[in-house]
Amino acid sequence: MTLLFTMDLMLVLEKFLLIGAVISFALVVAMYTTYAERKIAAWMQDRRGPNRAGPFGLLQPVADGVKLFFKEEIIPLASNRFLFVLGPALAMITAMLTSAVIPWGEYIEILGRKISLQIADVNIGILYVFGVVSMGVYGIMIGGWASNNKFSLLAAVRGASQIISYELAMGLSLISLLMMTGSLSLKTIVEQQMNGSWNIIYQPLGFLIFIICVFAECNRTPFDLPEAENELNFGYHQEYSSMKLGLYLFSEYVNMFISSAVMATLFFGGYDIPFVDETALTASLGANLTALFCFLALFAKVLFFLFVFIWVRWTIPRFRYDQLMDLGWKKLIPLALANMIITAVVMLLIKN
Amino acid sequence: MEQKPMSFMESLYLPAIFKGMAITFMHLFKKKATINYPEQQRPFSPVFRGLHVLNRDEEGRENCTACGLCAVACPAEAITMEAAERKSNEEHLYREEKYAAKYEINMLRCIFCGLCEEACPKDAIYLSETFAPSSFTRKSFIYSKDELLIPHPVNEPEKFAAAKGAREARQKN
Repeated sequence: MTLLFTMDLMLVLEKFLLIGAVISFALVVAMYTTYAERKIAAWMQDRRGPNRAGPFGLLQPVADGVKLFFKEEIIPLASNRFLFVLGPALAMITAMLTSAVIPWGEYIEILGRKISLQIADVNIGILYVFGVVSMGVYGIMIGGWASNNKFSLLAAVRGASQIISYELAMGLSLISLLMMTGSLSLKTIVEQQMNGSWNIIYQPLGFLIFIICVFAECNRTPFDLPEAENELNFGYHQEYSSMKLGLYLFSEYVNMFISSAVMATLFFGGYDIPFVDETALTASLGANLTALFCFLALFAKVLFFLFVFIWVRWTIPRFRYDQLMDLGWKKLIPLALANMIITAVVMLLIKN
Repeated sequence: MEQKPMSFMESLYLPAIFKGMAITFMHLFKKKATINYPEQQRPFSPVFRGLHVLNRDEEGRENCTACGLCAVACPAEAITMEAAERKSNEEHLYREEKYAAKYEINMLRCIFCGLCEEACPKDAIYLSETFAPSSFTRKSFIYSKDELLIPHPVNEPEKFAAAKGAREARQKN
Protein backbone atom coordinates (compact mmCIF):
# COMPACT_ATOMS: atom_id res chain seq x y z
CA MET A 1 0.00 0.00 0.00
CA THR A 2 2.77 2.40 0.97
CA LEU A 3 4.70 1.37 -2.15
CA LEU A 4 1.74 2.37 -4.29
CA PHE A 5 1.66 5.69 -2.50
CA THR A 6 5.31 6.42 -3.26
CA MET A 7 4.89 5.42 -6.89
CA ASP A 8 2.03 7.84 -7.35
CA LEU A 9 3.83 10.65 -5.57
CA MET A 10 6.86 10.37 -7.80
CA LEU A 11 4.70 10.43 -10.88
CA VAL A 12 2.81 13.47 -9.64
CA LEU A 13 6.07 15.23 -8.89
CA GLU A 14 7.44 14.37 -12.33
CA LYS A 15 4.35 15.71 -14.01
CA PHE A 16 4.40 18.90 -11.98
CA LEU A 17 8.01 19.55 -12.87
CA LEU A 18 7.32 18.84 -16.52
CA ILE A 19 4.32 21.18 -16.50
CA GLY A 20 6.41 23.88 -14.85
CA ALA A 21 9.16 23.42 -17.40
CA VAL A 22 6.81 23.51 -20.38
CA ILE A 23 4.94 26.58 -19.13
CA SER A 24 8.07 28.56 -18.37
CA PHE A 25 9.54 27.53 -21.70
CA ALA A 26 6.38 28.62 -23.50
CA LEU A 27 6.41 31.97 -21.69
CA VAL A 28 10.07 32.64 -22.42
CA VAL A 29 9.68 31.72 -26.07
CA ALA A 30 6.59 33.93 -26.34
CA MET A 31 8.57 36.78 -24.76
CA TYR A 32 11.36 36.46 -27.27
CA THR A 33 8.87 36.05 -30.09
CA THR A 34 7.73 39.60 -29.38
CA TYR A 35 11.36 40.68 -29.62
CA ALA A 36 11.92 38.66 -32.79
CA GLU A 37 8.78 40.10 -34.32
CA ARG A 38 9.97 43.65 -33.79
CA LYS A 39 13.45 42.88 -35.04
CA ILE A 40 12.36 40.96 -38.12
CA ALA A 41 9.65 43.50 -38.94
CA ALA A 42 12.31 46.21 -38.75
CA TRP A 43 14.79 44.34 -40.93
CA MET A 44 12.12 43.74 -43.51
CA GLN A 45 11.31 47.44 -43.50
CA ASP A 46 14.93 48.55 -44.03
CA ARG A 47 15.49 49.70 -40.47
CA ARG A 48 17.01 48.23 -37.33
CA GLY A 49 14.82 46.97 -34.55
CA PRO A 50 15.24 47.64 -30.85
CA ASN A 51 18.95 47.57 -30.11
CA ARG A 52 19.37 49.76 -27.04
CA ALA A 53 18.01 47.68 -24.15
CA GLY A 54 20.84 45.27 -23.44
CA PRO A 55 23.19 43.88 -26.12
CA PHE A 56 21.35 43.83 -29.44
CA GLY A 57 18.23 44.84 -27.58
CA LEU A 58 17.81 41.39 -26.03
CA LEU A 59 16.38 42.81 -22.80
CA GLN A 60 13.61 44.61 -24.68
CA PRO A 61 10.85 42.14 -23.71
CA VAL A 62 11.84 42.57 -20.07
CA ALA A 63 11.55 46.33 -20.51
CA ASP A 64 8.13 45.88 -22.10
CA GLY A 65 6.98 43.67 -19.27
CA VAL A 66 8.14 46.15 -16.67
CA LYS A 67 6.39 48.97 -18.56
CA LEU A 68 3.14 47.03 -18.57
CA PHE A 69 3.39 46.33 -14.86
CA PHE A 70 3.85 49.97 -14.05
CA LYS A 71 0.88 51.21 -16.05
CA GLU A 72 -2.30 52.17 -14.30
CA GLU A 73 -4.86 49.41 -13.91
CA ILE A 74 -8.13 50.76 -15.24
CA ILE A 75 -11.34 48.83 -14.71
CA PRO A 76 -14.19 50.75 -16.32
CA LEU A 77 -16.96 51.66 -13.93
CA ALA A 78 -19.76 50.27 -16.04
CA SER A 79 -18.07 46.98 -16.76
CA ASN A 80 -18.70 43.64 -15.19
CA ARG A 81 -15.73 43.31 -12.83
CA PHE A 82 -15.56 39.56 -12.56
CA LEU A 83 -15.83 38.97 -16.28
CA PHE A 84 -13.46 41.82 -17.03
CA VAL A 85 -10.71 40.13 -15.08
CA LEU A 86 -11.70 36.66 -16.26
CA GLY A 87 -11.38 37.37 -20.00
CA PRO A 88 -7.61 37.66 -20.35
CA ALA A 89 -7.09 34.91 -17.81
CA LEU A 90 -9.19 32.55 -19.90
CA ALA A 91 -7.32 33.49 -23.05
CA MET A 92 -4.00 32.70 -21.39
CA ILE A 93 -5.24 29.46 -19.81
CA THR A 94 -6.60 28.03 -23.05
CA ALA A 95 -3.42 29.03 -24.82
CA MET A 96 -1.37 27.09 -22.30
CA LEU A 97 -3.67 24.08 -21.98
CA THR A 98 -2.97 22.97 -25.53
CA SER A 99 0.65 22.41 -24.67
CA ALA A 100 -0.23 19.45 -22.49
CA VAL A 101 -0.40 16.90 -25.28
CA ILE A 102 2.59 17.90 -27.39
CA PRO A 103 5.40 15.34 -27.26
CA TRP A 104 8.66 17.17 -26.72
CA GLY A 105 10.86 14.11 -27.07
CA GLU A 106 10.93 10.36 -26.46
CA TYR A 107 11.85 10.00 -22.83
CA ILE A 108 14.67 10.96 -20.50
CA GLU A 109 16.26 8.73 -17.90
CA ILE A 110 16.88 10.14 -14.45
CA LEU A 111 17.95 7.80 -11.67
CA GLY A 112 16.82 4.78 -13.61
CA ARG A 113 13.26 6.06 -14.18
CA LYS A 114 11.97 6.65 -17.67
CA ILE A 115 10.19 10.00 -17.75
CA SER A 116 8.22 10.58 -20.91
CA LEU A 117 8.45 14.13 -22.21
CA GLN A 118 4.77 14.46 -22.93
CA ILE A 119 2.62 15.76 -20.11
CA ALA A 120 -0.50 13.80 -21.01
CA ASP A 121 -0.35 10.98 -23.51
CA VAL A 122 -4.09 10.74 -24.01
CA ASN A 123 -5.23 8.65 -26.92
CA ILE A 124 -7.48 11.47 -28.15
CA GLY A 125 -4.66 13.95 -28.51
CA ILE A 126 -5.85 15.95 -31.48
CA LEU A 127 -9.45 16.03 -30.31
CA TYR A 128 -8.25 17.52 -27.03
CA VAL A 129 -6.37 20.21 -28.94
CA PHE A 130 -9.51 21.09 -30.85
CA GLY A 131 -11.60 21.19 -27.73
CA VAL A 132 -9.27 23.61 -26.04
CA VAL A 133 -8.96 25.81 -29.13
CA SER A 134 -12.75 26.05 -29.24
CA MET A 135 -12.69 27.22 -25.66
CA GLY A 136 -10.41 30.02 -26.75
CA VAL A 137 -13.43 31.73 -28.24
CA TYR A 138 -14.63 32.35 -24.68
CA GLY A 139 -11.64 34.51 -23.87
CA ILE A 140 -12.43 36.88 -26.72
CA MET A 141 -16.19 36.96 -26.25
CA ILE A 142 -15.95 37.57 -22.52
CA GLY A 143 -13.38 40.28 -23.08
CA GLY A 144 -15.58 42.04 -25.58
CA TRP A 145 -18.77 41.72 -23.50
CA ALA A 146 -17.27 42.74 -20.20
CA SER A 147 -15.85 45.95 -21.63
CA ASN A 148 -19.33 47.40 -21.95
CA ASN A 149 -18.30 49.12 -25.16
CA LYS A 150 -20.09 48.85 -28.49
CA PHE A 151 -16.92 48.68 -30.51
CA SER A 152 -15.31 46.06 -28.34
CA LEU A 153 -18.43 43.94 -28.55
CA LEU A 154 -18.51 44.27 -32.31
CA ALA A 155 -14.89 43.34 -32.56
CA ALA A 156 -15.31 40.42 -30.20
CA VAL A 157 -18.26 39.09 -32.17
CA ARG A 158 -16.27 39.34 -35.35
CA GLY A 159 -13.34 37.61 -33.74
CA ALA A 160 -15.47 34.80 -32.40
CA SER A 161 -17.20 34.24 -35.73
CA GLN A 162 -13.84 34.19 -37.46
CA ILE A 163 -12.49 31.57 -35.09
CA ILE A 164 -15.44 29.24 -35.28
CA SER A 165 -15.56 29.42 -39.08
CA TYR A 166 -11.94 28.46 -39.43
CA GLU A 167 -12.16 25.71 -36.85
CA LEU A 168 -14.36 23.77 -39.25
CA ALA A 169 -11.87 23.88 -42.07
CA MET A 170 -9.11 22.96 -39.63
CA GLY A 171 -10.97 19.87 -38.46
CA LEU A 172 -11.82 18.80 -41.97
CA SER A 173 -8.26 19.11 -43.16
CA LEU A 174 -7.11 17.00 -40.27
CA ILE A 175 -9.60 14.24 -41.01
CA SER A 176 -7.67 13.28 -44.12
CA LEU A 177 -4.51 13.19 -42.01
CA LEU A 178 -6.20 10.95 -39.49
CA MET A 179 -7.42 8.64 -42.19
CA MET A 180 -3.79 8.00 -42.99
CA THR A 181 -2.46 7.66 -39.48
CA GLY A 182 -5.40 5.83 -37.97
CA SER A 183 -4.87 7.21 -34.50
CA LEU A 184 -5.62 10.46 -32.71
CA SER A 185 -2.75 10.30 -30.28
CA LEU A 186 0.03 12.76 -31.11
CA LYS A 187 2.71 10.38 -29.90
CA THR A 188 1.60 7.74 -32.41
CA ILE A 189 1.59 10.27 -35.21
CA VAL A 190 5.14 11.33 -34.44
CA GLU A 191 6.30 7.73 -34.20
CA GLN A 192 4.77 6.95 -37.57
CA GLN A 193 6.58 9.91 -39.08
CA MET A 194 9.81 8.79 -37.53
CA ASN A 195 9.56 5.38 -39.14
CA GLY A 196 8.07 6.52 -42.41
CA SER A 197 8.41 9.92 -44.03
CA TRP A 198 6.96 13.22 -42.87
CA ASN A 199 3.27 13.84 -43.32
CA ILE A 200 3.83 16.95 -45.40
CA ILE A 201 4.77 14.72 -48.31
CA TYR A 202 1.53 12.79 -48.08
CA GLN A 203 -0.75 15.71 -47.30
CA PRO A 204 0.50 18.97 -48.87
CA LEU A 205 -2.97 20.36 -49.50
CA GLY A 206 -4.04 19.43 -45.99
CA PHE A 207 -1.03 21.26 -44.61
CA LEU A 208 -1.83 24.35 -46.65
CA ILE A 209 -5.42 24.45 -45.39
CA PHE A 210 -4.24 23.80 -41.86
CA ILE A 211 -1.70 26.59 -41.85
CA ILE A 212 -4.26 29.08 -43.19
CA CYS A 213 -6.67 28.07 -40.45
CA VAL A 214 -3.96 28.39 -37.81
CA PHE A 215 -3.35 31.94 -38.96
CA ALA A 216 -7.03 32.66 -38.47
CA GLU A 217 -7.14 30.96 -35.07
CA CYS A 218 -4.27 33.01 -33.73
CA ASN A 219 -5.87 36.26 -34.97
CA ARG A 220 -2.79 36.87 -36.99
CA THR A 221 -2.53 38.93 -40.16
CA PRO A 222 -4.00 38.64 -42.68
CA PHE A 223 -6.88 37.66 -40.40
CA ASP A 224 -6.34 40.14 -37.59
CA LEU A 225 -9.49 42.17 -38.10
CA PRO A 226 -10.67 41.73 -34.48
CA GLU A 227 -7.63 43.54 -33.22
CA ALA A 228 -7.12 45.99 -36.02
CA GLU A 229 -6.28 49.43 -34.78
CA ASN A 230 -7.68 51.54 -37.52
CA GLU A 231 -10.65 49.43 -38.43
CA LEU A 232 -12.27 48.68 -35.17
CA ASN A 233 -10.74 51.05 -32.60
CA PHE A 234 -8.22 48.48 -31.47
CA GLY A 235 -10.79 45.76 -31.16
CA TYR A 236 -11.79 43.77 -28.14
CA HIS A 237 -8.80 44.72 -26.04
CA GLN A 238 -9.44 48.45 -26.25
CA GLU A 239 -10.58 48.92 -22.68
CA TYR A 240 -7.79 46.93 -21.16
CA SER A 241 -4.67 48.47 -19.70
CA SER A 242 -1.56 47.25 -17.92
CA MET A 243 -1.19 43.58 -17.19
CA LYS A 244 -4.60 42.48 -18.45
CA LEU A 245 -3.72 43.86 -21.87
CA GLY A 246 -0.36 42.26 -21.45
CA LEU A 247 -2.03 38.91 -20.86
CA TYR A 248 -4.15 39.28 -24.00
CA LEU A 249 -1.23 40.22 -26.18
CA PHE A 250 0.95 37.60 -24.59
CA SER A 251 -1.64 34.85 -24.97
CA GLU A 252 -1.64 35.57 -28.69
CA TYR A 253 2.08 34.85 -28.83
CA VAL A 254 1.78 31.75 -26.66
CA ASN A 255 -0.98 30.58 -28.99
CA MET A 256 1.33 31.16 -31.93
CA PHE A 257 4.08 29.15 -30.30
CA ILE A 258 1.83 26.24 -29.38
CA SER A 259 0.17 26.20 -32.80
CA SER A 260 3.59 26.09 -34.44
CA ALA A 261 4.49 23.17 -32.21
CA VAL A 262 1.25 21.38 -33.15
CA MET A 263 1.89 21.99 -36.85
CA ALA A 264 5.43 20.74 -36.55
CA THR A 265 4.20 17.66 -34.71
CA LEU A 266 1.44 16.80 -37.13
CA PHE A 267 3.08 17.52 -40.45
CA PHE A 268 6.80 17.93 -40.02
CA GLY A 269 7.69 14.96 -37.87
CA GLY A 270 7.66 16.51 -34.39
CA TYR A 271 10.87 15.68 -32.62
CA ASP A 272 12.18 13.59 -35.49
CA ILE A 273 15.65 14.64 -36.61
CA PRO A 274 15.63 14.33 -40.40
CA PHE A 275 17.85 11.69 -42.00
CA VAL A 276 18.90 10.31 -38.59
CA ASP A 277 17.91 6.98 -37.11
CA GLU A 278 16.79 7.69 -33.54
CA THR A 279 17.21 4.19 -32.15
CA ALA A 280 20.82 4.06 -33.26
CA LEU A 281 21.36 7.47 -31.67
CA THR A 282 19.85 6.30 -28.40
CA ALA A 283 22.10 3.26 -28.37
CA SER A 284 25.24 5.28 -29.00
CA LEU A 285 24.66 8.48 -27.05
CA GLY A 286 22.26 7.47 -24.33
CA ALA A 287 18.67 8.50 -23.84
CA ASN A 288 19.19 11.96 -22.32
CA LEU A 289 21.39 13.32 -25.10
CA THR A 290 19.10 11.91 -27.76
CA ALA A 291 16.15 13.54 -26.05
CA LEU A 292 18.03 16.82 -26.06
CA PHE A 293 18.75 16.58 -29.78
CA CYS A 294 15.19 15.61 -30.55
CA PHE A 295 13.94 18.54 -28.54
CA LEU A 296 16.31 20.87 -30.37
CA ALA A 297 15.03 19.54 -33.69
CA LEU A 298 11.46 20.28 -32.65
CA PHE A 299 12.53 23.70 -31.42
CA ALA A 300 14.18 24.46 -34.76
CA LYS A 301 10.97 23.58 -36.58
CA VAL A 302 8.92 25.73 -34.22
CA LEU A 303 11.30 28.64 -34.79
CA PHE A 304 10.91 28.24 -38.51
CA PHE A 305 7.14 28.37 -38.22
CA LEU A 306 7.31 31.42 -35.98
CA PHE A 307 9.46 33.08 -38.61
CA VAL A 308 6.83 32.23 -41.24
CA PHE A 309 4.13 33.75 -39.00
CA ILE A 310 6.10 36.98 -38.68
CA TRP A 311 7.09 36.98 -42.33
CA VAL A 312 3.50 36.68 -43.53
CA ARG A 313 2.31 39.35 -41.10
CA TRP A 314 4.59 41.96 -42.57
CA THR A 315 3.89 41.03 -46.18
CA ILE A 316 0.17 40.75 -46.67
CA PRO A 317 -2.53 43.35 -46.01
CA ARG A 318 -5.56 42.51 -43.94
CA PHE A 319 -8.63 40.73 -45.21
CA ARG A 320 -11.93 42.55 -45.07
CA TYR A 321 -14.56 40.81 -42.99
CA ASP A 322 -16.68 39.56 -45.87
CA GLN A 323 -13.60 38.37 -47.74
CA LEU A 324 -12.54 36.54 -44.61
CA MET A 325 -15.87 34.75 -44.20
CA ASP A 326 -15.94 34.03 -47.92
CA LEU A 327 -12.53 32.40 -47.71
CA GLY A 328 -13.42 30.33 -44.69
CA TRP A 329 -16.80 29.00 -45.73
CA LYS A 330 -16.87 29.08 -49.50
CA LYS A 331 -13.31 28.24 -50.36
CA LEU A 332 -11.56 26.36 -47.57
CA ILE A 333 -14.33 23.96 -46.56
CA PRO A 334 -14.95 22.67 -50.12
CA LEU A 335 -11.20 22.42 -50.55
CA ALA A 336 -10.84 20.43 -47.35
CA LEU A 337 -13.68 18.14 -48.38
CA ALA A 338 -12.08 17.62 -51.76
CA ASN A 339 -8.82 16.81 -50.01
CA MET A 340 -10.61 14.25 -47.88
CA ILE A 341 -12.16 12.58 -50.89
CA ILE A 342 -8.89 12.50 -52.82
CA THR A 343 -7.07 11.00 -49.86
CA ALA A 344 -9.74 8.37 -49.41
CA VAL A 345 -9.68 7.43 -53.10
CA VAL A 346 -5.89 7.20 -53.19
CA MET A 347 -5.79 5.13 -50.03
CA LEU A 348 -8.33 2.67 -51.39
CA LEU A 349 -6.46 2.43 -54.66
CA ILE A 350 -3.19 1.72 -52.86
CA LYS A 351 -4.83 -0.92 -50.71
CA ASN A 352 -6.07 -2.74 -53.76
CA MET B 1 -11.53 51.94 -64.65
CA GLU B 2 -12.13 48.47 -65.86
CA GLN B 3 -11.84 45.70 -63.35
CA LYS B 4 -11.11 42.40 -65.02
CA PRO B 5 -12.28 39.26 -63.25
CA MET B 6 -9.40 37.39 -61.64
CA SER B 7 -7.78 34.56 -63.51
CA PHE B 8 -7.64 31.19 -61.77
CA MET B 9 -4.05 31.63 -60.64
CA GLU B 10 -4.85 35.09 -59.31
CA SER B 11 -7.91 33.94 -57.43
CA LEU B 12 -5.83 31.40 -55.55
CA TYR B 13 -4.04 34.37 -53.91
CA LEU B 14 -1.14 32.07 -53.29
CA PRO B 15 1.21 32.94 -56.17
CA ALA B 16 0.87 36.64 -55.37
CA ILE B 17 1.47 35.91 -51.68
CA PHE B 18 4.62 33.97 -52.41
CA LYS B 19 5.93 36.71 -54.67
CA GLY B 20 5.31 39.25 -51.93
CA MET B 21 7.01 37.06 -49.38
CA ALA B 22 10.05 36.74 -51.62
CA ILE B 23 10.27 40.52 -51.83
CA THR B 24 10.10 40.99 -48.06
CA PHE B 25 12.66 38.25 -47.60
CA MET B 26 15.06 40.00 -49.96
CA HIS B 27 14.67 43.15 -47.90
CA LEU B 28 16.18 41.35 -44.93
CA PHE B 29 19.54 41.53 -46.63
CA LYS B 30 19.44 45.04 -48.01
CA LYS B 31 21.20 48.05 -46.57
CA LYS B 32 19.38 49.70 -43.65
CA ALA B 33 18.37 53.32 -43.82
CA THR B 34 18.77 53.96 -40.11
CA ILE B 35 21.38 56.35 -38.69
CA ASN B 36 22.73 55.10 -35.36
CA TYR B 37 22.22 58.21 -33.26
CA PRO B 38 24.14 59.23 -31.10
CA GLU B 39 27.12 57.42 -32.57
CA GLN B 40 26.44 58.79 -36.04
CA GLN B 41 24.70 62.07 -36.70
CA ARG B 42 22.86 63.34 -39.69
CA PRO B 43 24.80 66.18 -41.34
CA PHE B 44 23.07 69.54 -41.12
CA SER B 45 22.95 72.25 -43.74
CA PRO B 46 25.25 75.32 -43.32
CA VAL B 47 22.34 77.57 -42.39
CA PHE B 48 21.05 75.34 -39.61
CA ARG B 49 19.71 77.36 -36.68
CA GLY B 50 20.62 75.80 -33.33
CA LEU B 51 21.59 77.19 -29.94
CA HIS B 52 22.39 80.84 -29.42
CA VAL B 53 25.93 82.07 -28.79
CA LEU B 54 26.92 85.51 -27.48
CA ASN B 55 29.96 86.69 -29.38
CA ARG B 56 33.22 88.29 -28.29
CA ASP B 57 35.75 90.21 -30.36
CA GLU B 58 39.39 89.17 -30.85
CA GLU B 59 40.58 90.60 -27.55
CA GLY B 60 37.89 88.85 -25.60
CA ARG B 61 35.55 91.74 -24.94
CA GLU B 62 31.83 91.05 -25.12
CA ASN B 63 30.14 92.52 -28.15
CA CYS B 64 26.68 92.83 -26.68
CA THR B 65 25.65 96.38 -25.67
CA ALA B 66 22.19 95.52 -24.33
CA CYS B 67 20.50 97.66 -26.97
CA GLY B 68 17.41 95.41 -26.85
CA LEU B 69 16.92 95.03 -30.58
CA CYS B 70 17.00 91.26 -30.35
CA ALA B 71 14.39 91.28 -27.59
CA VAL B 72 12.13 93.45 -29.70
CA ALA B 73 12.68 91.36 -32.81
CA CYS B 74 11.96 88.07 -31.07
CA PRO B 75 8.45 86.90 -32.07
CA ALA B 76 8.19 84.60 -29.08
CA GLU B 77 9.42 87.15 -26.50
CA ALA B 78 12.06 84.77 -25.27
CA ILE B 79 14.89 87.26 -24.60
CA THR B 80 15.09 89.47 -21.51
CA MET B 81 17.99 91.67 -20.48
CA GLU B 82 19.11 94.30 -18.02
CA ALA B 83 21.66 96.91 -19.00
CA ALA B 84 24.50 98.27 -16.83
CA GLU B 85 27.19 100.89 -17.18
CA ARG B 86 30.79 99.86 -17.66
CA LYS B 87 33.08 100.80 -14.77
CA SER B 88 36.60 102.06 -15.39
CA ASN B 89 38.29 98.86 -14.34
CA GLU B 90 36.24 96.70 -16.65
CA GLU B 91 37.46 98.02 -19.98
CA HIS B 92 38.94 94.71 -21.00
CA LEU B 93 35.63 92.98 -20.47
CA TYR B 94 33.19 94.97 -22.53
CA ARG B 95 33.53 96.85 -25.82
CA GLU B 96 31.29 99.87 -25.17
CA GLU B 97 30.05 101.72 -22.17
CA LYS B 98 26.76 99.87 -21.94
CA TYR B 99 26.70 96.14 -21.44
CA ALA B 100 24.22 93.48 -20.48
CA ALA B 101 24.39 92.68 -16.78
CA LYS B 102 21.67 90.06 -17.04
CA TYR B 103 20.84 88.36 -20.33
CA GLU B 104 18.43 85.47 -20.40
CA ILE B 105 16.92 83.44 -23.19
CA ASN B 106 14.03 81.10 -22.41
CA MET B 107 14.71 78.08 -24.60
CA LEU B 108 11.19 76.80 -24.15
CA ARG B 109 9.81 79.92 -25.80
CA CYS B 110 12.47 80.32 -28.46
CA ILE B 111 11.40 79.12 -31.89
CA PHE B 112 14.91 79.23 -33.36
CA CYS B 113 13.85 81.57 -36.14
CA GLY B 114 17.09 83.58 -36.21
CA LEU B 115 15.45 87.01 -36.20
CA CYS B 116 17.60 88.06 -33.23
CA GLU B 117 20.70 87.22 -35.26
CA GLU B 118 19.41 89.35 -38.12
CA ALA B 119 18.44 92.25 -35.84
CA CYS B 120 21.70 92.59 -33.87
CA PRO B 121 23.76 95.59 -35.01
CA LYS B 122 26.90 94.53 -33.15
CA ASP B 123 27.25 90.96 -34.45
CA ALA B 124 26.81 89.88 -30.85
CA ILE B 125 24.34 87.00 -31.07
CA TYR B 126 24.16 84.23 -33.59
CA LEU B 127 22.66 80.75 -33.84
CA SER B 128 25.17 77.93 -33.90
CA GLU B 129 24.93 74.35 -35.06
CA THR B 130 24.40 72.76 -31.66
CA PHE B 131 21.18 70.96 -30.91
CA ALA B 132 19.32 72.11 -27.81
CA PRO B 133 19.93 69.44 -25.15
CA SER B 134 17.09 67.98 -23.11
CA SER B 135 16.59 68.50 -19.41
CA PHE B 136 14.24 67.58 -16.59
CA THR B 137 13.10 70.90 -15.14
CA ARG B 138 11.57 73.95 -16.80
CA LYS B 139 13.83 76.27 -14.88
CA SER B 140 16.98 74.82 -16.34
CA PHE B 141 15.80 75.84 -19.78
CA ILE B 142 16.19 79.56 -19.07
CA TYR B 143 19.77 80.05 -20.26
CA SER B 144 21.67 82.86 -18.58
CA LYS B 145 24.51 84.89 -19.98
CA ASP B 146 27.36 82.71 -18.87
CA GLU B 147 25.84 79.67 -20.52
CA LEU B 148 25.41 81.57 -23.76
CA LEU B 149 28.74 83.32 -24.00
CA ILE B 150 31.34 82.02 -26.37
CA PRO B 151 34.61 80.92 -24.64
CA HIS B 152 37.33 83.60 -24.23
CA PRO B 153 39.65 83.72 -27.26
CA VAL B 154 42.74 84.60 -25.27
CA ASN B 155 42.21 82.43 -22.21
CA GLU B 156 40.69 79.39 -23.93
CA PRO B 157 41.76 79.58 -27.56
CA GLU B 158 40.90 76.02 -28.58
CA LYS B 159 37.36 76.16 -27.29
CA PHE B 160 36.87 79.55 -28.91
CA ALA B 161 38.15 78.28 -32.21
CA ALA B 162 35.95 75.21 -31.97
CA ALA B 163 32.86 77.26 -31.22
CA LYS B 164 33.56 79.85 -33.89
CA GLY B 165 35.21 77.85 -36.63
CA ALA B 166 32.15 76.18 -38.00
CA ARG B 167 30.36 79.51 -38.29
CA GLU B 168 32.96 81.16 -40.46
CA ALA B 169 33.01 78.17 -42.73
CA ARG B 170 29.26 78.45 -42.93
CA GLN B 171 29.45 82.18 -43.60
CA LYS B 172 31.94 81.64 -46.37
CA ASN B 173 29.50 79.24 -47.95
